[in-house]
Amino acid sequence: MTISRFPVEASHTMMFARAIGDLNPVYSDVNSPEAIEAGGVLAPPTFTMAGAQFDPGNHLIPKQGEPWFGSAKEPTGVDRSSGGAGVIRLHAEQHFEYHRPLMAGEVLHTVERDGTSWEKSSSRGGVLKFEEKFIDYVNTASNEVVVTARFVSVQPPAPTPPTAATSTPAEQK
Amino acid sequence: MSTTSISAASLTVGESRTEVVLENISRTQIVMYAGASGDYNPLHSDEIYVTQVAGYPTVFAHGMLSMGATGRIVTDWVGNGRLSNYGVRFVNQVWPGDTLTATATVAAVREEGGQHLVDFTINTVNQDGKSVVSGTATARVDA
Repeated sequence: MTISRFPVEASHTMMFARAIGDLNPVYSDVNSPEAIEAGGVLAPPTFTMAGAQFDPGNHLIPKQGEPWFGSAKEPTGVDRSSGGAGVIRLHAEQHFEYHRPLMAGEVLHTVERDGTSWEKSSSRGGVLKFEEKFIDYVNTASNEVVVTARFVSVQPPAPTPPTAATSTPAEQK
Repeated sequence: MSTTSISAASLTVGESRTEVVLENISRTQIVMYAGASGDYNPLHSDEIYVTQVAGYPTVFAHGMLSMGATGRIVTDWVGNGRLSNYGVRFVNQVWPGDTLTATATVAAVREEGGQHLVDFTINTVNQDGKSVVSGTATARVDA
């Protein structure tokens, strides 16, 4: 899941800021007073999540010639008759440590490491299984860590689907 | 969106700000987030998959859409590029039609290593007052 090249571009930060409903021009307009004061276009605080666009292992982007678990001709493109039941994982927590502001124009790569895993009883019954991962977003030119992210996912007890059999890939969120 | 940052001296523990950060969330807004972030999980955009396969009543927003929108309550207050930490738990799911209101409250004003820091607690609720995102943030501010 390591990202070898994540270019931070102003058109991308603009799209990302628009998608989270934040129209602060510091994320989009290099000529705005906000960006001039900041020394350039800034990335929104949660922007490093968009590094997923540059992750060749990102299974949440459909790939030509590979089954896609979303709907097309059928409600899911994964063969459920094989009984290959995956698990749904949801995003439980997200934490960022900012070593300094991230600017458009930087090129990053990631260094990832697994954290701990633990279990907790669900108030709705069953067991919640948590997993933790740390990701350093590193400026490739200076080798400086700009942002450190801590990602916590949870595998909830199986939901009760309207159809009898489900087969969904792991690591959904 | 202020271009000037706030000073530690102007902040009081317990002081808070509240703002609507996403109003009547559309499915299109959720699709925009999928497109920008690279998280194209059909749980967030594919009504057929999510209802017929995954067993949810409809699509739901990415947790990171709520976290991203919530961040504005702090960055609009302290100024741009001032955050040193921001973390949340996703407490409840966010659905199309929800309106999210974020509140940031000053938990501490402190000095560490010569830097003036402000700690905030953050809570974002939906239109029913139910918490959806809960967390903390720390910002570097002027003296």
